[in-house]
Amino acid sequence: MKQGTFVSKLFSRATLRGIFAIALFIVIWEAGARSEQWFGFRMPFLGLVPPPTDVAVSWAGLLGDAGYWQSWYMSFLRVFGGFLAAMLIGIPLGLFMAVNKTFYGIYFPTFEIMRPIPPLAWVPASIIFWPTQELSIAFVTFLGAFYTIVINVLGGARSINKQFLQAAQSMGASQWDIFRRIVLPATLPSIVVGSAVGMGITWEVVVAAEMISGGGGSGGASGGLGFFIWSSYVGGSYEQIVVGMISIGIAGYFSSEILRQLGGLLTPWLKTR
Amino acid sequence: MAGVAEQATAREQDASEIVVTSVFKSYGAGPFAKEVVRDCSFTIESNKLTVMIGPSGCGKSTLIQLIAGFELPDSGSITMNAAPITGPGKDRLVLFQESALFPWMTTYDNIMYGPRARGEDTKESADLAEFLLTKVGLEAFRDKYPTQLSGGMQRRAELARAMINKPEVMILDEPFRGLDHMSKELMWEYYAKLYEEDRNTNFFVTTDIDEAIFLADRLLIMTNLPTSTRAVIEIDIPRPRTIEAVADSSRANEIKKEVMTLLHEEAMKSFSGGSKAAADFLDAYSKRVD
Repeated sequence: MKQGTFVSKLFSRATLRGIFAIALFIVIWEAGARSEQWFGFRMPFLGLVPPPTDVAVSWAGLLGDAGYWQSWYMSFLRVFGGFLAAMLIGIPLGLFMAVNKTFYGIYFPTFEIMRPIPPLAWVPASIIFWPTQELSIAFVTFLGAFYTIVINVLGGARSINKQFLQAAQSMGASQWDIFRRIVLPATLPSIVVGSAVGMGITWEVVVAAEMISGGGGSGGASGGLGFFIWSSYVGGSYEQIVVGMISIGIAGYFSSEILRQLGGLLTPWLKTR
Repeated sequence: MAGVAEQATAREQDASEIVVTSVFKSYGAGPFAKEVVRDCSFTIESNKLTVMIGPSGCGKSTLIQLIAGFELPDSGSITMNAAPITGPGKDRLVLFQESALFPWMTTYDNIMYGPRARGEDTKESADLAEFLLTKVGLEAFRDKYPTQLSGGMQRRAELARAMINKPEVMILDEPFRGLDHMSKELMWEYYAKLYEEDRNTNFFVTTDIDEAIFLADRLLIMTNLPTSTRAVIEIDIPRPRTIEAVADSSRANEIKKEVMTLLHEEAMKSFSGGSKAAADFLDAYSKRVD
């Protein structure tokens, strides 16, 4: 039964459509990139891009390369470091702003002025005031997720159905119990959404930060995927640029997928809708 | 389960009377102030089912907020057993218009919320929760989330969640609103049966005349905004009541006519004031007369 649904899912119309679309995309890309040698004229844009077969060959060569995996590792480390810090600081901060009017009044204006500053605008300043380049990259990645998480948590916690709070109150619940068993679970869906969006921004930011800062100090393999792309460009290896781009796509997808799965485990009541 | 029955009998002896005396309540300030309750007085008598009926938007929900203690009156007094009400408490539980079941808790966890919140997560509470689950017919839905229950089931789960706290007074704000007519009638009979079993003090707010007459021992008819008490009618239809018996009762029809006349006057008053709520009410009224 279970296998039956798996097989039918595997060969479902939607899956086949997806596979067909990706195959078509690769064929068009290949034909475009090789248009000069196949059709005698160069297709605009695509004609300048390395063909997918060359990219695949270049990628196959990199699979055994420790430096390539080191780049993955470094970027993941920075993304998760910055992201975890953003969660650890952002979630309590958002919740506290939601439940404490005085703190909200004092902190929110500053927060709203700082929020529109793009994380990348912080790069030079953070290089100056953090002792190592690694810390400055981590800080910029942290900022990418931080504001999104805080604003989502705050919004979620402030829009709780008043009747939930009144019902709990009239059943004799303490403030702490209301916070723990009403406010927190009611805010969880917003925390999950905020984290998912924050994770996306973190990947955008980390790549740019790695390119700008030239990779953590020693450069080279410790530079992460952003620096991998940049050095491939500088070194004139256009296939590797594409390999780096696709790698980030895959890395981002897995990060989001992990969060989705965790979020689903944390909010089982939403699945029943 | 003998313990549960004993507690129910013991509670019958307790007086739990709520007295509302010349209460005023407005929202907003200055030229934007809106007077919602004006010089309103009534009594929710002990061990009776008092139903409050009035045109929609007439300030009934505000009175509930005041009696529950979520808000305080501008002037006048509200007392429970002669002690003034200063805040919410588990002696007066509210069932809200829309389901306030916590979506992230299963039926069982919802019912157990009150005892757990007060640190009474005992074997006794758990037994009572199981007993109530069976009583409201939801034992098969023990581990389901509220979104997996039908509207009627949600209302019953909420009744169980309130009853486990053994409130002296149960306050119900249009609890069956939004249910289809069949489920509504089933809920009336079900709720009336629950009430007839232990005769606790109940305060039930509605806009539905049939519902009001079927359920009430005493019926409070409210005026339009700003609201106060227009009339009090004792509903002397014998209990236990069934839908058929009440439908056949000539006494019930007499009362219905009386109530409709009073409510029609109230609706007309605000209709001339151009109130949307009153227009809706008149519309519903004319459909009933047909």
